[in-house]
Amino acid sequence: MKFKALSVAALALATTATLTWAEADDDQLVINGDLEITTKAAAPAHLDGALDEVISGWHFRDDETQAMEQDDFDNPGMIFVDKARDQWAMVEGSEGKSCASCHNDPESMAGVKPTYPKWNEAAGEVRTIQMQVNACRTERMGAEPLKLDSDDALNMEALIASVSRGMPMNVAIDGPAQETWAKGKEIYYTRFGQLELSCANCHEQNYGNYIRSDHLSQGQIQAFPAYRLKDAKLVGVQGRFRGCVRDTRGETFAAGSPEFIALELYVASRGNGLSVEGPSVRN
Amino acid sequence: MRLTATALAATLVAGVAIAAPVAPDDVAYDGGAIEASLTGTAGDPENGKAIMTNRAKGNCVACHEVTALSAAPFHGTVGPTLDSVGDTWSEAELRGIVANAKMTFDGTVMPPFYKVSGFTRPGDGYTGKAAPADLAPILTAQEIEDVVAFLKTLKE
Ligand code: HEC
Ligand code: HEC
Repeated sequence: MKFKALSVAALALATTATLTWAEADDDQLVINGDLEITTKAAAPAHLDGALDEVISGWHFRDDETQAMEQDDFDNPGMIFVDKARDQWAMVEGSEGKSCASCHNDPESMAGVKPTYPKWNEAAGEVRTIQMQVNACRTERMGAEPLKLDSDDALNMEALIASVSRGMPMNVAIDGPAQETWAKGKEIYYTRFGQLELSCANCHEQNYGNYIRSDHLSQGQIQAFPAYRLKDAKLVGVQGRFRGCVRDTRGETFAAGSPEFIALELYVASRGNGLSVEGPSVRN
Repeated sequence: MRLTATALAATLVAGVAIAAPVAPDDVAYDGGAIEASLTGTAGDPENGKAIMTNRAKGNCVACHEVTALSAAPFHGTVGPTLDSVGDTWSEAELRGIVANAKMTFDGTVMPPFYKVSGFTRPGDGYTGKAAPADLAPILTAQEIEDVVAFLKTLKE
C-alpha cells in the first residue's frame, strides 16, 4: 500500500495539529442491526494491481455520519425511498400503467443495481438505471421521461438501490460493454482542467489523504445515490462526477453524456465485490 | 541638456518598471528552474503568505502543511510539508516549482500556477463552464514572485 509509507511521514510531520491522519477505519457497517455490508473487498482483477483493496467511502467519514447509515430511521435518504414507493405505484402516461403493473413490488428489483450500468441488446447501448427507468416510462407507460439526476429520478434510483443492499456489485465489462468500459477508463485517467487532475490523482493515488478538510476516499459509487448532509438532498453518481470535474477548474460533462455514462460504468466496475449501500449518507 | 538627461533616466526607469511580465507561454525553464524574476519587481512575502491560504488563489495549504501558516485551518496531506523549502531549494528552483511543478517533478499531482495552454477541458474558474479564450494563469507573475519570496523565508 503506497499510501502507508506516506502516512507515516505525514504523522511524523504533523506538528501543527490541524489534521489527524486517518486511513480507512476498521469499523463494521451493519444496517438495521442485521444487514451486513461488505465495505472492503479484494480489488477486482481488471484493476491490474492499481489498488490492493477496494473500500467503501463509508470508511472515510466520521463516526456520526457513519452512524446515520446504520439505521434506516436515522438515514435521511430513506425518506426519498419512501417517496419513490408512492411513485412506483402511481399510474402515469397513455398506457394506464405504473411500475407496479409490470414489476409487482419494488422488492422484485433486488439484484438489479449490482449489474448497472449494463448493456441493453435491443437498444444497442449501455444504460444506467435512470436511463432504464426512462425507457420503461416512455416505451411501456407512454409517460414523459424523468429529467436525469432530478429529484424524482434520484428517488426512484434510491428505491431500486435500496432493495439490493448487501448484494455485491458485479457489473459486466466484457462483450458489448467493453468498448464503453475502455472509454470510461481513459476518462478516469485523464487530467482535466487548469489543475490538471484526474480521478486517479485524487481517488487512486491519494485516498486516505486530506485535501484541506476533505478526507479523500476511493470515489466508489456502490453507495449511490448518496444523501449529502451538505446539500440536504440525494446526489446522484453523475452529479458527483460533475462536482469533481468542476473542482479541477475544468469544464464538466453533462448528466447523461456519453462520457459520463462510460465513466459511470468504469467506476462501478472498480467497486465490483463491494456491497450495494445506497442510499448512503455522506458529508 | 540637464532636462534631456533626466528625461532619459526617467525613460530608463520607467522602461524597467513597466516592462511586461514574462508571459506564461514564454517562460524559459532551465531544468525545472526559472532563473530570472518574472516581473523584475521583488516579491512581497506578506502577500505571498496570504495567497497561499486563499482558496481562490494558491490554496497551497489544501495539499501542504506549513507550520508558519497554522493560523489558517485544515492543511492537507497530499503534498510534503513546506516547512524548510527555503533551505532545500534555490529561489530559481522554487519559482519553477510554483509556476509549473511538472518541470521538476515528472507527473506530479501539484497543479501548475503559471500556465495557460495545453489543458484538457479547461474551465472558467470553478464554475464548471468552458474557459474563456484568453484564460488567465491561476496566479499572476507578481503573485508567483510573492509566493516565492514567502517560501524563501521557510527555513529550519
Ligand atoms: C481535486 C481532487 C478530486 C478529483 C480530481 C476528483 N475528486 Fe472525486 N472527490 C473529491 C473529494 C474531496 C470528495 C469527497 C470526499 C470523498 O468521498 O472522497 C470526492 C468524492 C467523490 C465521490 C463520492 C464517494 C462517496 O463514497 O461518497 C465519487 C464517486 C467521486 N469523488 C468520483 C470522482 C471521479 C469519477 C472523478 C474524476 C472525474 C473524481 N472524483 C475526481 C476530490 C476529487
Ligand atoms: C493538489 C495538490 C497540491 C497543491 C494545491 C500544491 N502542491 Fe506543492 N506539491 C504537491 C506534491 C504532491 C508535491 C511533491 C512533488 C512530487 O510530486 O513528488 C509538491 C511539492 C512542492 C514543493 C517542493 C517541496 C519539497 O520539499 O520538495 C514546493 C516548494 C511546493 N510544492 C509549493 C507549493 C505552493 C507554493 C503551492 C501553492 C501555490 C502548492 N505547492 C500547491 C502537491 C500540491
